[in-house]
Amino acid sequence: MNCIIVDDEATARAIVSKMCSDTQNMNVLEEFSSAIDAIKFLNKQSVDVVFLDIHMPTFTGFDFVETLKESPKIVLVTSDKELATQAFEYENIVDYLVKPITQERFNKSVSKITTALNNQIILNSAENKPVKQNNELFINIDHRLIKLKFDEILLIKALGDYINIKTEKEDYKVHTTLKKIKEKLPQNTFVQTHRSYIINFTKIIDIEDNSVLIAKNVVPISRSSRPELMQHLNLLK
Amino acid sequence: MTTEKPNLNYIKELAGGDSSFEQKFLDIVKNEFPVEKKEYLDCLNRRDNNATAEIVHKLKHKLNILGLQDGYRLAVGYEEELKCGDYKLKDDFLSVLNVIDNYILTI
Repeated sequence: MNCIIVDDEATARAIVSKMCSDTQNMNVLEEFSSAIDAIKFLNKQSVDVVFLDIHMPTFTGFDFVETLKESPKIVLVTSDKELATQAFEYENIVDYLVKPITQERFNKSVSKITTALNNQIILNSAENKPVKQNNELFINIDHRLIKLKFDEILLIKALGDYINIKTEKEDYKVHTTLKKIKEKLPQNTFVQTHRSYIINFTKIIDIEDNSVLIAKNVVPISRSSRPELMQHLNLLK
Repeated sequence: MTTEKPNLNYIKELAGGDSSFEQKFLDIVKNEFPVEKKEYLDCLNRRDNNATAEIVHKLKHKLNILGLQDGYRLAVGYEEELKCGDYKLKDDFLSVLNVIDNYILTI
């Protein structure tokens, strides 16, 4: 894993750097005392992980996260315990280390990063082409990439930090969010009917006021999602 | 205010016997601390509440690294009070900084 360290304190950078060097496969590409310099670097080169201090002058860690176009996994390194809740509002923040960090706690963080990277949904194109051109999606289950054709998918349900992809044959539990998978799905086939559900509307059997039947699954339709769903239907009035 | 003495326990544990890292780290502390202390005193003299709180925030990490748990707790409270313009802990905090000043001359 390639990483960078962003912290205005040299001692803090040295601590994280040492822990990285004591960790197998963790390679520190650069260290930055300024978040802005780190952003310039990331505009030219991608990394897997950023170890990021929140409390920096002029440009905070949260400013940094919001500025990134394509964000790597972020591990916050900070003295501010109370900011943890805010931190996890950002999908790409995978852990939160409170200074002074111990090697044991750092190792746990590395495990979280590894899990997050391994469970990430991976496009089958190395060049990040939209999956819909291929009519399929690769998901990572226990280090195995499994191909799912879009027309096999019935629905997707959010389950906390995971999603459940229900197909005609079986279900797949993947560590990601509904928002992320929605971006990979063709909009002409999939629609979000509820904050916890995306459905393949070509699989709809029938619709009642506030629910839709897909195979044997009853899926709720929220009031706000109903107009969008109805737009997709070839409705005989 | 405090009888607490700095120590290198955290740094030694981090170094795990790597004496070159230990020395490099101590050099960073020796270089960074006086600069941060001066910046703190400058901010204090200007009565710049936010800037003083910022540099106390930075300094408190050094207290942690050097095993000054009471000093760290003092710094946490002081940082919060500074944001409200309250400087009543400044003498106690300065005495902690002076303890570190003396200590880093010995390492």
